Amino acid sequence: MQPALLLAIPLLPLVAAILAGLGGRWLGRRGAHTVTILAVAASCGLSCLVLKAVYVDGAPPYNGTVYTWLHSDGMTMPVGFLIDRLSALMMVVVTFVSLCVHVYTIGYMHDDPGYTRFFAYISLFTFSMLMLVMANNFLQLFFGWEAVGVVSYLLIGFWYTRPTAIFASLKAFIVNRIGDFGFVLGIAAVAYFSHSVDYKDAFGLAARLAHDSIALGGGRSVNALTCICICLFIGAMGKSAQVPLHVWLPDSMEGPTPISALIHAATMVTAGIFMVARMSPLFEYSEPALSFVLIIGATTAFFMGMLGVVNNDIKRVIAYSTLSQLGYMTVALGVSAYGAAIFHLMTHAFFKALLFLAAGSVIIGMHHEQDMRRMGGLARYMPITAITCWIGALALIGTPFFSGFYSKDTIIEAAAASHRFGASYAYWCVLCGVFVTALYTFRMLFLTFHGPERFRSTRAAQEGNPDPGHETHHEPDAGHGAPADPHESPWVVTLPLIALAIPSVLIGALTVGQILFGDYFGRSLLVLPGHNPLARVAEEYPGALLMAVQGFASPTFLCAAAGVLTAWVCFLWRPALAARAAERLAPLRRLLVNKYYFDWFNEHVVAALTRGIGITLWKGGDQALIDGALVNGSALTVGWFGGLARRLQSGYLYSYAFWMVIGLAVLLGWFLAYA
Amino acid sequence: MHPPAYQHLLLSTLIWLPIGTGVLILLLGEERARLGRWLALFGSLTTLALTVPLWYGFDRASAALQFRQTLPWIPRFHALYDLGVDGISLPLVVLTAFMTVPVVIAGWRVIRERAAQYFAAFLIMEGLMLGVFCAADALLFYFFWEAMLIPMFLIIGIWGGPRRVYATLKFFLYTFLGSVFMLVALIYMYVKGGSYAIAAMQALPLTLEEQRWIFVAFLLAFAVKVPMWPVHTWLPDAHVEAPTGGSVILAAIMLKMGGYGFLRFSLPVAPDASRELDALIIVLSLIAVVYIGFVALVQQDMKKLIAYSSIAHMGFVTLGAFVVYEIVRHTGTVQGAGMGMDGAMVQMISHGLISGALFLCVGVLYDRMHSRQIADYGGVINTMPAFAAFMVLFGLANTGLPGTSGFVGEFLVIIASFRASFWYALLAAVTLMLGAAYTLWLVKRVVFGPVTSPRVAALKDLDGREFLVLGALAAAVLLVGIWPAPLLKVLQPSIQHLVTQAIATKLGAP
Repeated sequence: MQPALLLAIPLLPLVAAILAGLGGRWLGRRGAHTVTILAVAASCGLSCLVLKAVYVDGAPPYNGTVYTWLHSDGMTMPVGFLIDRLSALMMVVVTFVSLCVHVYTIGYMHDDPGYTRFFAYISLFTFSMLMLVMANNFLQLFFGWEAVGVVSYLLIGFWYTRPTAIFASLKAFIVNRIGDFGFVLGIAAVAYFSHSVDYKDAFGLAARLAHDSIALGGGRSVNALTCICICLFIGAMGKSAQVPLHVWLPDSMEGPTPISALIHAATMVTAGIFMVARMSPLFEYSEPALSFVLIIGATTAFFMGMLGVVNNDIKRVIAYSTLSQLGYMTVALGVSAYGAAIFHLMTHAFFKALLFLAAGSVIIGMHHEQDMRRMGGLARYMPITAITCWIGALALIGTPFFSGFYSKDTIIEAAAASHRFGASYAYWCVLCGVFVTALYTFRMLFLTFHGPERFRSTRAAQEGNPDPGHETHHEPDAGHGAPADPHESPWVVTLPLIALAIPSVLIGALTVGQILFGDYFGRSLLVLPGHNPLARVAEEYPGALLMAVQGFASPTFLCAAAGVLTAWVCFLWRPALAARAAERLAPLRRLLVNKYYFDWFNEHVVAALTRGIGITLWKGGDQALIDGALVNGSALTVGWFGGLARRLQSGYLYSYAFWMVIGLAVLLGWFLAYA
Repeated sequence: MHPPAYQHLLLSTLIWLPIGTGVLILLLGEERARLGRWLALFGSLTTLALTVPLWYGFDRASAALQFRQTLPWIPRFHALYDLGVDGISLPLVVLTAFMTVPVVIAGWRVIRERAAQYFAAFLIMEGLMLGVFCAADALLFYFFWEAMLIPMFLIIGIWGGPRRVYATLKFFLYTFLGSVFMLVALIYMYVKGGSYAIAAMQALPLTLEEQRWIFVAFLLAFAVKVPMWPVHTWLPDAHVEAPTGGSVILAAIMLKMGGYGFLRFSLPVAPDASRELDALIIVLSLIAVVYIGFVALVQQDMKKLIAYSSIAHMGFVTLGAFVVYEIVRHTGTVQGAGMGMDGAMVQMISHGLISGALFLCVGVLYDRMHSRQIADYGGVINTMPAFAAFMVLFGLANTGLPGTSGFVGEFLVIIASFRASFWYALLAAVTLMLGAAYTLWLVKRVVFGPVTSPRVAALKDLDGREFLVLGALAAAVLLVGIWPAPLLKVLQPSIQHLVTQAIATKLGAP
């Protein structure tokens, strides 16, 4: 692999972003999207070449420095790349999904005044994400980590006049910063022990760190490696939206749909998963940290999925689904099945991006309506969207033969096979999660694409009362007067849907043998011999097709089928049943509608407390105590100096000069007295 | 590159060229203020140009003072006109020269009242501030240190806001009282050692008792300047009342003198007392980061918010400078101690750029709406998109975003303080959350959202002059953030030398 070629992969999108961002006025809309799409396409092609080189041709991993960022007191902090099979796979996934989203954006953002700005942002995002996955050291990892966070911040608040959007963007940034707080401490701890920020130095120390400790004062200390791993994982909890730092992700749906697909489903939110997998040589030696990861992941997987069942906003349902699926990946990390986590990351990237883009297509087709209660029967009007959305949904719930089946089923099996503390809790969470996933996914499908057409009646009712929370911002048909029927989206929208539907079906069956049960990851992931829950699963691996056939007999499939059936009964066949069930389960429903009161707690306790502390310290500390008692204590002093100041401000130059002379005289007098 | 032949005159030229230009502008008077304005621009640009040979002619392998010029000054007190720069002062010299140019340009059309005096004051102040960083003689240092207050005092007092009397007084009282004690300490050391040379003071043997007194005297002077909690309350008031240019210089350069003082005097002159009292400084620094972070969050006035943010960021400077002793105590080696000081220096440079830029941003808004209240704004991006882009960039830099200069210093200091104690690093890292919260909340309320008032709707975007100023600062912020290695290279020998001085003992074998 040529270093120049590797360098081109992230730099092409960066250059395109700068061109589109700063030169958007001269490039025009056409120029902006041409430049960025060409750059990302080139980047995607080069990434495929890299993947081929490291996997097919068996090239050794590349680990080299691009430039030295700084050198301080014996520690060198470089910017450099580590290209092995793990990063190569991530690069392909990131650039491919990004390419699809770039094309899709032409259609989706067609009427938006911020068209060129949007392309600049998503190209900048692609650059940042590539820097993150290609890093060979913690510094650059953190750079990419924060850079994707910033682009996410800018894109959630893309429609900056909407109060909900700018609130959501601020919330996302601050919640992520809480995670980064842990992340930075983890990096500082790594630097403390290895006196380096390079991955390979830290990984080499892992076994020793497991017996080292960090002093906390007062004679107490914690295990060094556990502390490092948990600190790093707190960072992952922010970025990958794990409970309790998940609160920003549902709100991030305020951003335009293409970025919900790219950033808040396929790539950025999986950065935490990627990071933990990349750090597997550290995490493997810390059993407590892995249990922590496992329990957090399991909790997210089940409880966040539940929230999808009661939400009516098509994008938010998919967002809760993303939370839940990220929980699945985290569970896989927690049971040392890193390969399964990355595998699910990959399949999820395709089918979840597909679901979001399909939802976006529905939103365009419905003239920027997001409430599923005002949809129904859309399959007739937008067949391509409906079919691709079905494919995404079947993949998501883990239907045998679809890509999601292979990844999800393996995670559940791995959780069942693991003996780690928390593994049985995790197993039940992910298993019940399958039912929940099927329930909310098909509820969404049925409400959107099937059943009665509710949009006609409600459209009239809502005239003059547009819901400000929805994407009415730049209604393309605003000038048309009479509401039009839903319509299928243009080819720039449907083409990416098809391009993503193909891997959503096939990628699992095609690659499961190599990636999961072969030696695809080789030395880029470390799993200690006693830890490998995939080993037993792999022994029984009968081949991709047979595995799918056997899948029909597994409890997982039964759960999924039950979920689909429930959704069908409640939302298509006998809608009255759903209403009655909701009444019967009112307290549970209230808990879910209020999202377990996380937002309430953050707003009324955390934020209020923070502001309270601020006001107390300001009014009480700074103003009353320091200024009031100590500084302005003597009114006499103030009065006296006030008189002095009046004279100082006479405004005549000679008086200033006079004061200067006085000052110098005092100075000189002082010396004379002492000398 | 070889040092140029005229090198012994370079620092004098740097100091006296702006002062001379300032005096010339004064002599030309208000009637020829337009000419004075051009002269001010020419003077500040020439000064900046003169730092180029300084930067490239500087020998990066040496910790010694370079570009040295020594002349007798006050023979009676053995005071010398002695100038020189090392790796610690050079970046601050360049920063001072760099930041004066935007200030001159920013005041171009805005200052109508006594414009000649305004520009003259800034040019004279630039020369005096450069003198502070270049002085190798303590008396000369003190002369520049005090003289520099006069123009700043006038700038706030004449071109300031409605409560300028209170603010100038507070500023004057604090800084003057602080420096008086420093003078006493300097004179004490002169009487004892017979020399005002800073190097001689650093080498002067002192008992622990003496060092303690000297340390406290320096602390009073420098803590006020930085400013450290609890002697910080003058800063928000001074900023609020100062005109934009005054705020920029105050935040970008004057606060750095406190940090510079700690590195130049406290640590090498009183190393044993520093070792003994380092916990005091560390605790005050962490209070600055956490306590002031909370206070910044609830400010209603943009300038006050940025002023409090400055105090919190300067906490990293003092933390990075004094964490060295805890590192030695905790790890038994000096490895990583220099990183704290590197971080402190980078933080000073970075804060100079970012806080200066933020105050300029507030100035841009103030010139148009004559209000600093956050509540009066909202949705500025709709009418001023270019300005909004700069404000968001500088806001993100203020939160310590990697790729901007704000990240470098904070990151180095956090890593270094982890070597001293887990808890120091933890408390310092709180800035990641608080800094993001107060800065981006400010950005949200001012820049984003729908247009909130007819006055915001009538705003005009940046003109070419403002764009140029903010663009230059943005470039500097990004350059230091993306490639800080050259800056660190200049620092390195001097910082290593300082670490050696700081951990040495002056008490000697009994």
